[in-house]
Amino acid sequence: MALEAGKQAPDFTLNTTPDQRVSLRDFRGRNVVLAFYPADWSPVCSDQLPIYSELLPEFRKLGAEVLGLSVDGVWCHLAFAKNRNLRFPLLADFEPKGEVARAYDAYRKGEGVSERALFVIDREGIIRWSYVSPIGVNPGADGILAALEGMQQGRQS
Amino acid sequence: MSTLKPPLNAQDHIRGRPDAPIQLVEYGDYECPFCGRAHLVTNAVQRAMGDDLLFAFRNFPLTQVHPHALRAAQAAEAAALQDLFWPMHDLIFENQQFLEDEHLFRYAALVGCDLDQFAQDIDSEEVAEKVRSDFLSGARSGVNGTPTFFVNGERYDGSWEPEVLLAFLQEMRGVRELR
Repeated sequence: MALEAGKQAPDFTLNTTPDQRVSLRDFRGRNVVLAFYPADWSPVCSDQLPIYSELLPEFRKLGAEVLGLSVDGVWCHLAFAKNRNLRFPLLADFEPKGEVARAYDAYRKGEGVSERALFVIDREGIIRWSYVSPIGVNPGADGILAALEGMQQGRQS
Repeated sequence: MSTLKPPLNAQDHIRGRPDAPIQLVEYGDYECPFCGRAHLVTNAVQRAMGDDLLFAFRNFPLTQVHPHALRAAQAAEAAALQDLFWPMHDLIFENQQFLEDEHLFRYAALVGCDLDQFAQDIDSEEVAEKVRSDFLSGARSGVNGTPTFFVNGERYDGSWEPEVLLAFLQEMRGVRELR
C-alpha cells in the first residue's frame, strides 16, 4: 500500500546525472508529480514516460513539475532519457537501492524494483493523490491531470 | 473505468452513420507502426459491421518518440479543412514510412487538395490547436499508448486482433439489440 493522500511526502535527495542531485524540497512552492516505475527500457515504461514528457506544458500550466524515479543508475537513466527524448529528470533510487520507493511504500521486495506508482504532491509537500497501477499496466495521465486540476480549483475557490 | 472525454462531437472526423449503434474511436499516431497495423484492422471491422458501426479518429502524436507524427497529423487536419480528411488519413497510414513534407504534400495533391490552401493550413494555429486538443482529450480520457480504442465511450483494453475486436463489437451490437 503506497503512502496515501494527506501524508507528508518524505523528502529525498537523489542523483539525476553523475554530478547533479535533486531534492524534493527544492520544489516547495511547486506541485510535483512523482512517477515511480519499475525499470528503464521496459515496454510499458517506454510508453508511459513519453506521454508525461508530451504533457509537460500542460502539467506546468497546472503548476507542476514531473520527476521519474526507478532503481536504475544514472548512466542508464541518461541513455533512456536521451533515447526517448524525455524532458523531465529521471532520478536514480540506486544506493541504497530503492530507499525512496520504500519510504513511499512503493517497493516490490521480491523483484527489487519500485511499483508503478504515482504521487501528486502539493506546494507544501503534502501528498494529495496517489495511485499504484498493476505493474504491467500503463496508468496514463488522466488521474494526474484530474488531481492537479482539482487542486487548482481548490486554490481558486 | 476510463471514459471518452469529450464524447464524440462535431469536431470529430467520423466514418459511417452518425447514428450507428456502435461507436469505435481510435486515438492514434501516424508514425506509430502499431497504428499502421490497426488501420488495417479498423478498415476490416468497418467493412464487416457496415451501418452498425461509426468509426472516429483522434490524434495522439507522441512527438518525442516519432519525429514526423505531429506534422503528419497536421497534414491530415489540413486536408480535413477541405473535406478530405479520410482520403488523406488512409494515404498517410498506407505510406507511413514516408512522412517528410515532400511526401505529405504529394499525398495532399493526390487526394485533390488545393495545395496553396493546404500549405497555409498545415502551418495554421487552427490545425495545431485541433491536434493539441485531440491529444489532451486523449490524456484526460486515459489514453496510455497508441492505438487506444474507445467503444461507445468506454476504453477498450482487449486485444485488437481483427477477430477479437470484431467479436467484441458484434456482441455489443447484439446486447444492444436485446435491450
